Amino acid sequence: MKTIAEFRIPYRQVLDPDGSVVADLPAFASDPEELLRVYRLMVLTRTFDTKAINLQRTGKLGTYASSLGHEAAHVGVGAAMRPEDCFAPMYREYGAQFWRGVKMEEVLLYWGGDERGNRFEGPQHDFPWCVPIATQCLHAAGAAMAYKLRGEPRCAVSVIGDGGTSQGDFYEALNLAAVRDLPVVFVVVNNKWAISVPLWMQTATQTLAQKAVAAGMPGIQVDGNDVIAVRQTMEEALDRARKGDGPTLVEAVTYRLSDHTTADDASRYREKDEVEDAWKLEPLVRIRRYLEQTGAWSEADETALKADCTRQVDAAVAAYLDTAPQPVESMFDSMFATLPESMVEQRETARRFVNSGGHH
Amino acid sequence: MAQITLIEGVTMALAWEMEHDDRVVVLGEDVGVNGGVFRATAGLQQRFGPKRVMDTPLAESMIAGMSIGMASQGMRPVCEIQFMGFIYPTVDQMVNHAGRLRNRTRGRMHVPMVLRAPFGGGIHAPEHHSESTEAMFAHMPGVRVVIPSSPRRAYGLLLAAIRDPDPVVFLEPKRIYRLQKQEVIDNGEALPLDTCYILREGEDVTIVTWGAMTFETLKAAAELEKEGIAAEVIDLATISPMDLDTILESVEKTGRLVIVHEAARNCGVGAEVAAGVAEKGIWDLKAPIVRVTGYDTVMPLFKLEYEYLPSVARIIDGVKKTFED
Repeated sequence: MKTIAEFRIPYRQVLDPDGSVVADLPAFASDPEELLRVYRLMVLTRTFDTKAINLQRTGKLGTYASSLGHEAAHVGVGAAMRPEDCFAPMYREYGAQFWRGVKMEEVLLYWGGDERGNRFEGPQHDFPWCVPIATQCLHAAGAAMAYKLRGEPRCAVSVIGDGGTSQGDFYEALNLAAVRDLPVVFVVVNNKWAISVPLWMQTATQTLAQKAVAAGMPGIQVDGNDVIAVRQTMEEALDRARKGDGPTLVEAVTYRLSDHTTADDASRYREKDEVEDAWKLEPLVRIRRYLEQTGAWSEADETALKADCTRQVDAAVAAYLDTAPQPVESMFDSMFATLPESMVEQRETARRFVNSGGHH
Repeated sequence: MAQITLIEGVTMALAWEMEHDDRVVVLGEDVGVNGGVFRATAGLQQRFGPKRVMDTPLAESMIAGMSIGMASQGMRPVCEIQFMGFIYPTVDQMVNHAGRLRNRTRGRMHVPMVLRAPFGGGIHAPEHHSESTEAMFAHMPGVRVVIPSSPRRAYGLLLAAIRDPDPVVFLEPKRIYRLQKQEVIDNGEALPLDTCYILREGEDVTIVTWGAMTFETLKAAAELEKEGIAAEVIDLATISPMDLDTILESVEKTGRLVIVHEAARNCGVGAEVAAGVAEKGIWDLKAPIVRVTGYDTVMPLFKLEYEYLPSVARIIDGVKKTFED
């Protein structure tokens, strides 16, 4: 038998875990200020994450999905996008969203049980958090279809996890995007765990990037703890999409250093050693080391940054805690453009019995 | 003025709106060159080009999900699901996203899409091609469900559905796609949503129905007239949200209510009509409410399908029950 098709999956790493450069640096990395912007946001994201978990533990926030360990993957994705592009996240991509102008108090509002967190004063056309796994891949493809039909040089980006690659919507979105050459980039942040199910029980394939092959688009695997590699890969994929050359699947390999959410206890299903090993590869250290080696960063800078991040997060927490509750009518006011007659009475009932339920 | 069928009313509404609104695109399986398996999109791709009339890959969740994505970014997609039996993969996208996006973003985003699908039995179709599961969609918050029952209402209600800023599931009773011709003026005038249509006035009994069952119901009403029973026939038209007021006004006059639908009885839309009248109009009733519906069985293959669908005789029998002592 002869071979009629073959595939190759490239892998990219620019900085190794020690912060040493192991490949050619992309153009943006030659500007120290640009790298510092990336690093500062990664630190802010982690500071925010720690605070959010504390808020949940002290009863001031609902269940929260941590982004611990994903900072390079998320900030790298956000930094490669343009403001007019459209982001369709899952539910822990805060680093990308902060870059795009989502506010920390909006994240807190959302996990604090308040829909106004999804209203985003910043990126008006970005999708809100998406809990039903991988359904947002289709929204990104649809947004890309809208841009393509209107001839706008805009792209859509969706993010799912490794578990999301088992969903039909993921395959359906890839297939559509490739067959229509849509300006979209599908990102899989492979953090090795879908709640308690490890990657090896999720798929028999050697990589998740190769799922692109079945759809007929390029797939690339990147070190998801290397923010330079992630951003470079995303910039290339977005350039390609913007030029009309079609979609790309990017697999960013990282590790979920946290529990799945604050409602989860990962120690029940994974080994301590594995987590300790993963900490040796975590994303903040290597970019910091690189910046220190190039003379762009110092211990004093680090101390000042941490203090500044704490100040910013504290301000966001204060704004969140000071937010007046939504009026009860807000449940009804955005159901339809105009509330149907048949629901007016229900809204009146809600008003009449406000504060009468639960443990009051 | 053209004499057209219900399905031609669909095509005419799509063409009018595509002509007058660049945001409107049609997409689905076989809707392009082939013009749809029922010909609802016949000629549209030739007229508006393949960019605006798109054949998609064969994946229904994808059709709904991509429509949500397009609608959220300023387009007005009208997507077709080939038969209602294949609509279930869209349920995730419709209930989790289409009906929720406006609410959960507190109005920042919205989903002006139409999901069209032919539904119902009576055309001797293969398995999975004859069900009526409108109740499934009527239960979804944030989603409108609209069912036309005549060429004029197909044209006017579809225009309204496309122009509506929120998602509409538009279910087309395929048994009557070509049953009746009506004069329809192609002037872009929409008919109102969220309102019932009174098809026949009468003082003795109110019969609420929709879709293809309006035909059997009107026939039954004509038969009952001969026996001195004047039935008022109401086409529900917008299944959700429901215009209960028109029904209550009618029941106040007639004192009797019969509900006729093709779908299975259990938790069907008829139960919602009955509950609404029981809650708000029970003192107007002179007799218990009667439902004449499909059975709570699997929709049979076509040899038995007319045993499943309510017949004129069953409707007459149901109406007469409301006159028993």
